Order: sequence, then structure tokens, then C-alpha cells
Amino acid sequence: VATLGVTIVAGCSSSKKTGTGSSSTTSGGAATTTVANLPSATLNGSGSTFQQAFDTDAIQQFDSAHSGVTINYSGGGSGKGLQDLQSKLVDFAGTDAPIATADLPKYTGGVLYFPTVAAPITLSYNISGVKSLTLSASTIAKIYSGKITTWNDPAIAADGNSGLPGTKITPVHRSDSSGTTNNFTLYLKKAAPTDWTLGSGKTIPWPGGVAGNGNTGVATAVKQTDGSIGYVDFSDAKASGLSLASIKTASGQAVPPTLDGASAAVAAATINPDLTYDPTNATGPGAYPITSPTWIVIYKTQADHNKGTVLKAFLDFLLTTGQTTIAKNDNYAPLSSNLLQQAKTQLDQIVIP
Amino acid sequence: MTTTAMSGSSGSGLRSKHLRLADGSFRLLALGCGLLVLAVLALIAIFTTNQAWPAFSHEGFNFITSRVWDPNNHKFGALAFIYGTVFTSLIALVFAIPVSIGMALFMTELAPPRLRTPVVYLVDLLAAIPSVVYGLWGVLYLTVPLGKFYKNVSSLFSGVPLLDHVFRGQAGRSFFTAGLIVALMITPIITSLTREVFATVPLTQKEAALALGATRWEMIRTSVLSYGRSGVVGAIMLGLGRAMGETIAVALVIGSFANITISLFQPGDAMASVIANQFGEASGTFKAALIGLGVVLFAITIIINIIARAFVSRSERVAGGAA
Repeated sequence: VATLGVTIVAGCSSSKKTGTGSSSTTSGGAATTTVANLPSATLNGSGSTFQQAFDTDAIQQFDSAHSGVTINYSGGGSGKGLQDLQSKLVDFAGTDAPIATADLPKYTGGVLYFPTVAAPITLSYNISGVKSLTLSASTIAKIYSGKITTWNDPAIAADGNSGLPGTKITPVHRSDSSGTTNNFTLYLKKAAPTDWTLGSGKTIPWPGGVAGNGNTGVATAVKQTDGSIGYVDFSDAKASGLSLASIKTASGQAVPPTLDGASAAVAAATINPDLTYDPTNATGPGAYPITSPTWIVIYKTQADHNKGTVLKAFLDFLLTTGQTTIAKNDNYAPLSSNLLQQAKTQLDQIVIP
Repeated sequence: MTTTAMSGSSGSGLRSKHLRLADGSFRLLALGCGLLVLAVLALIAIFTTNQAWPAFSHEGFNFITSRVWDPNNHKFGALAFIYGTVFTSLIALVFAIPVSIGMALFMTELAPPRLRTPVVYLVDLLAAIPSVVYGLWGVLYLTVPLGKFYKNVSSLFSGVPLLDHVFRGQAGRSFFTAGLIVALMITPIITSLTREVFATVPLTQKEAALALGATRWEMIRTSVLSYGRSGVVGAIMLGLGRAMGETIAVALVIGSFANITISLFQPGDAMASVIANQFGEASGTFKAALIGLGVVLFAITIIINIIARAFVSRSERVAGGAA
């Protein structure tokens, strides 16, 4: 484990023990993208499937730039990732929701949150003949609680839609427990508190509708059923070719789901000192209100020098190259410059032995 | 003379000593294997019950009598899922039993020899298809046409008392779709086992029936079916075990909705698919409750096996008494 993968010299992180090579510390700022004399190490991560496509691409590029470095990210859901991190089975966890306050003491030595990307959660629909649809939070809440059952309901027309057919509405939700469900219901709870009474969480006792497994399962079910609507993450919605509804914000603006809209929502959200934030129902020009955040969580105090060094370099990579090229290629929204700067500064808080 | 006898006897002594050693160690080995099964079962039962305890103590008997499953509010009532597991398994058996017995009879009694081998081969091949493939096929290609079919059937029975209820709904992902998919999956298993049972029916017994002037159907009924009854029940029980434990295929097509209804064409949910769907994001009591579902499934399987065993031994006694 202690062998050093001596490659090409170019400083990246403030490593203490690296045998050869100058360690010109360029913390944060500059694009320290490709080569660095990283020790060889294998990092394992698991958790959020929402950020998996981004992580997978980033890992592929990072691994090929650093011989001796292997990073594995195995998905499995935010809950699994945090559980694995808690039992020290993995070196980092991906999660779409912050750790519950009650659980924090179980992570000995404390954790650091690194926001990586964000993305809109779309409301994808399939109504034959309908090309554009705008929905307010209260209407979405009523559709998902079964209070509005046909597309020609006056409440839907009042959101600025005309000429919708009398087709029965089939709301499609996730059959599996999901961070996407959590963020979607979080939005409904905040934006339509009187109409949404089912609470927020990864599993909801839905009153009806159809269920699909995973984002693709929901997209498939929407495709199969005329008059259906489902909440699907942005990249899967794009891939399935479904029509996407615009969301009417609190200020009455109709915002379509776009990556820029998600970035605007991140910029408008209040950032907590630990870099957790909630971009749902963010108000601001062009902010798409159903935006899902996601983080990589690591232990603040790393146990292993090599692993800690590589982990820090990898996070730095996600906050630089990851933002400029990989995110948009994979249909994720990059972080706002303000949050990005805070995340880069936080890299120096990682304690590496 | 004496020497040979001596050497002979001492040789056989050695041999028998060697045999005794081999016998003894074989006995121990076999005993170990037997005990291992018990140990594994006990460990699974203890471990899962222990892990599920927070949920059991939180809910008490509500865990199996309440139908409210709301993890966000810490309510874990599994009744709808228990119902879904039993209901889909029953639907599956209703389809699988007659088809399997028919196929087994065809292969043992009716099929021309040159057709027999390919049919046996194909049936075994069906059993080897991974369940997720059945599930994906179901969800991608079956749910839409089945939904349309259900709509027609339910409009056919609307207004008819009781049947109106049974055939209500038009969900492509429903109890009935899940039952159909599971039926497809357990049919090859039941067929293979049943075929082997039928193949053990003594030829003399069949010939005797024919000699007494029985038609082929009467021969099958009096000698093949009655002789193989306990074996067929055993085969069905194995199929039922698979049906109840089936996870991914059911998770994909059942509709994932906590529902207790006799309406076939409505979405529901089953224990194994709930575990598969929700385990990834679960923690704390929620996770314990999901493991608790596993314990309940385990218990139900054991109970059904005990009932089946009792049934088999009774029918054997009846058959023995008749003979």
C-alpha cells in the first residue's frame, strides 16, 4: 500500500510525505487538472445513484490520469452509502440528503460535505396532443394526492394551460425508496404546505397511481400510459425523450427544467456552514424550484496517508474539471461560483496523517 | 496353510478396522452436514429476528395486523404486503398447477418419443431463465397489452355481483400480472418434478388398468395421478416456495402499492419486493422493519411447508390404506 506511484511532476495537494517531486501547493483556484504525483491507492465509495453517472465519468478520467489510483463507486442509494461510511466500509459516500442530526455522533471525528453537482427533477408527462404544460406546486400536490384526476381540471387551466383533454391523470412515482422522491416531496411540502399532506421522505404512502423502479422505471411507465405524469431526474428524462413541464414558481414565473435553472437555484439557496443547502423551492430569477442537491461525504480525519491524499485530489478534480466539462456532458448542473469557492476552501480542512 | 489363514484373517481384520474407521468418519461427516443445515437455519432465524427486533418491539402485533406502512412517520404495518405475497402466489398456483400437471402427463404418457426429449429440454431451459429477465419482459412488453385486456374484462363483468369486484381495475402492473409472471417461473419447476414422479409409476400398474379396459384417461386418473399424488403435492410446495420468495420480477410488475383487495387487476405489493425496493435507502427502525418482513416471510414459508408435509403424509396414508 505504501508504494508511491511516481509519475509526472506537478503539484496538486499539500502532501507531506511524497518522496519525489515538488509539492507546489495550489489549493483551490487554478485548474490543477491532469497530472500529479499521487501515491497509489484504492478508494471505495458507494451511495447516491443520482450522482453516479457524474462520478463514474469523473472516476474514469481521474483513474486514467493517475497510474496506481483506482476508485470504485458502487451506487446502492444514499442510505446505503451513509451506512457504509458509518461502518467504514467505504472511503466516501454519495448522498442526496444531509445526515440526520441524531446520526451525526456515529461518525467518529466528524464528516465533511462536499457538494459536487445539482440537477433538476423534471415533471415528465405523456398527454397525447399536448406539447406544453405549466404546473404550480399546489396543482402538482393535488395531482399526486389524487385530488385532481383529469387533465381538464380548472386548477390546471388556472396555471396557464388551455385546451387540455379530459384524459384521466395517472401520477407515476417511484416504487423503490429514493432520494429523488425525498427532494420532490420536500419541494411539495415547502411550496404547497396546505395541499401536500403526505409529508416528505424517501418512501411515501402514495394514495394511488402507478409505480416504477428507478428513474428509468418511472420514465418507462410514463411513456406507456397516456395521461400520465412522473417525476424523473433530468438526464433520464432527456434520454427518454418525454415532454417536460415548466414549474410555476411562487412569484408566478413559469420556469422550464434546465441546467442553468438548477444552477440558479443553487445560487439562490442559503448555504449552511457545513456546506449543506436546500435548493428546493428557491426563489430567484430563472431558478428551477425542484432542484436536487447532492454531496460526497468523507471523514474529516483520514486514517491513511495515501488514501487521504488521493481522496483530496479526487475531490479537487470534481470541483475543477468536473465542473467545467464533465457535469454538462452528463446533464448535471455545475455549482454556483460562491458554493464552489467554499467547497474548494474546505478541502484544506481534510486532516491527512 | 496356517500362515495363509493367519495372514488372511489378519488382513481382513485390518480391512474391517479400516472399514470401521471409514464408516465412523463418514457417519461424522454426514452428521456434520445434517447439523450444518440446522445451524444455518437457526443462525438465519436468530440473526434476522435480532436485527428486526427494534421494529417488532416498536410495532408489536401491529406489524402483522396493520396495513399502514409509512416509514417517514415510523409506522410499519406489513399486512398489505403479507396479503400481496399470499394473493399473487395463489394466482400463480391456480395457473401453474393444471398447466404443469398437463405438461408432465404429456411428456410421460402422451408425447411421441421423438418429441419428448426436446420438450423436456425446453421446459428445463425455461427454469434456467433469471427472474429479472421475466420481470423486464413483463414490465416492458406485457403490462400495456395486459392493461387493455384487463379493461375489457372488467367492463365485461361490471354490474355482475361479486365478479364485478374480482375483475375490477385495469392496472397493467397488478396482482394479476405479478401472478402470471410468477406462474411462468414456477411452471417449469413443478413440471420437472411432477414428470419425474410420474415416471416412477410402475408399468405393471398402468398395464393392469389398461388390461381392465380403462381408457387412457381412466388409466392416468386411477394409476398415474393417484400413485404420484404425494410427489405432486411436494412439487407444488417447492413451486409455492419459489413463488412466495420471488423478488425482482414481482417488484417490477406488481405496481408497488400497499393494497388489500380481491380485485385482481389492481396494483399491490409483496413482502420480498418491498424489501428489494426499499432496503437501499433504509436505516434505523425502517431497516429493522424490512428485515422483519424477511422474518415474517421465513415464518410463513415454514408454516406452509409444515402444512404441506402433513398433507403429504396424510395422503400417503390414505393411498397406503387404499392399496
